[in-house]
Amino acid sequence: MNEMARLQKRRLALYGWMLAAPALALMSLFAFYPAIATFWHSLFSRGTSRRPSVFTGFENYGDLFADPTFWTVATNNLIYAGVTIPVSIIFALVMALWANAHIPARSFVRSAYFTPTILPMIAAANLWLFFYTPDLGVIDQITGFFGASPTNWLGQPETALASVIIVTIWKEAGFFMIFYLAALQTIPPDLREAARIEGAGRWTYTRRVLLPLLMPTTIFVFVNAMINSVKLIDHLFILTKGGPNNASKLILYWIWEMAFAYFDSPHAAAMTILVLLALGLVAVAQFRLVEKRTHYR
Amino acid sequence: MKTDTVTANTTLKLPDLDKVLDALGAWVLAIVWISPLLFAAWAALQPSGTALGLDFSNPLTFENFVYVWGAVPWGGYFTNTVVLVTLILAGQLVLCTLAGFAFARFEFKGRDTVFILVLLQLFILPEVLIVENYAIVSKLGLFDTALGIGLPYMASAFGIFLLRQAFKSVPIELEEAARIEGCSWMGVLWKVYVPAAKPVYLAYALVSIATHWNNFLWPLIVTNSPETRPLTVGLSLFGAPETGVDISVISAATIMTIAPLLMAFLIFQRQFIQAFLRAGIR
Repeated sequence: MNEMARLQKRRLALYGWMLAAPALALMSLFAFYPAIATFWHSLFSRGTSRRPSVFTGFENYGDLFADPTFWTVATNNLIYAGVTIPVSIIFALVMALWANAHIPARSFVRSAYFTPTILPMIAAANLWLFFYTPDLGVIDQITGFFGASPTNWLGQPETALASVIIVTIWKEAGFFMIFYLAALQTIPPDLREAARIEGAGRWTYTRRVLLPLLMPTTIFVFVNAMINSVKLIDHLFILTKGGPNNASKLILYWIWEMAFAYFDSPHAAAMTILVLLALGLVAVAQFRLVEKRTHYR
Repeated sequence: MKTDTVTANTTLKLPDLDKVLDALGAWVLAIVWISPLLFAAWAALQPSGTALGLDFSNPLTFENFVYVWGAVPWGGYFTNTVVLVTLILAGQLVLCTLAGFAFARFEFKGRDTVFILVLLQLFILPEVLIVENYAIVSKLGLFDTALGIGLPYMASAFGIFLLRQAFKSVPIELEEAARIEGCSWMGVLWKVYVPAAKPVYLAYALVSIATHWNNFLWPLIVTNSPETRPLTVGLSLFGAPETGVDISVISAATIMTIAPLLMAFLIFQRQFIQAFLRAGIR
């Protein structure tokens, strides 16, 4: 009898592995193996037809740190993250509060906020091109009306990154809104009533009651926005191509450029590893936070 | 949320100032938010070359659409995107169902460790591994094929995670009842678990379709012919400003590319938003 049970248990374990195997195999092939291979290849020099690639240790990383482009791109990406994350979150929260309020034409308002989410980033970039075109674009038409001279929004270093950032915020704020919207709908209305009786104004209610209750959602949205600040770079291909003079270049675009435009995959690999390390830190931080969050569930 | 009881208390029927400001703010923001789309739609209907003048007296025309349709093999791109999206979704549904079932209902050695590895993959974005994945796809002989674009996305950690959660919430009694009636493991999965997780499947499918319809960087890297290129890549090649194509033509191409998904969204709005929500809350 005991023997039977053990046999059964082993058979179940075998089944489990068999069911998971196809997915695990593909995942190993396209996520785990390439992550390790990227690290391995980042330790070798770039091979040419004359000189085969040789093991150089961490030289590629040293090259990156010595390259001023690296610092420009890293700074750009930090600014990109530093602006898109908080601004998208604030917009998302305001949108959710409005989309949840009893206002006329609420469903129109809701879809207007959400629609950019379902557009391809490439298409979003094309739509915004219409706004940014110097002299003829919508923005310059409006500012020109008030007597301002035309601006080459995408073509000058001072405004290129900002223009790219605006498109990203436009694209992701509506997506984050729906998570706030869902969270708001779980907050009982009596809380507001209670706050009012206590004499709390609208702002106090928002700051002291609403925001703390929305904290888990904010953490979730924050992590997503952080990942997006690495991932959302498609619009660069249309709007600026990272220019002028690297002013709007972001890390992932730079990796693409190194690997597929300059065929310098060892340095691209080294840069990829740095990004993976950063993402790994985010992952660890999030798992920690989620653990804490489940405590008071 | 904002039905202020203050209004009810005051006998005057005047609308609350806060409420008016809320509504105004919400509308202004909504109009600003869709204005890029509205402008593009309007520009696409203008005679080519005139759109940016913001001159509302021009007659509307469909010539840009006719021109764009003739200039690039859009029909092929559409087909490629549909094939790609279907292929990825089919692969994801099969692989994630099996793996999700394994993680939800089977005890095996190392299960929890492996599952943490799966979760880790949520952070190893396929976008970041383009250099190595390109080498792998080329070695497999899948460069410039729909399978080559789709394969890296099929074992989706996210899908496995969602389905595992869904399967875990199915009462074990249902499974036992099915076993008494003589169902095999596959029978149990197909007759009990899959139907119970239907809303999750729907949500996951919508998110997957929207994601891969819009995906760009990876398809750009692994395709080089009109026979496999999806819509987004076709649009980017067409829309590059240095090609000298003017804005009303680009707008027409953009509107054409996003139209199918946009219409689907407007029709199934509720489901879409619910889907993103369900898929997002992990």
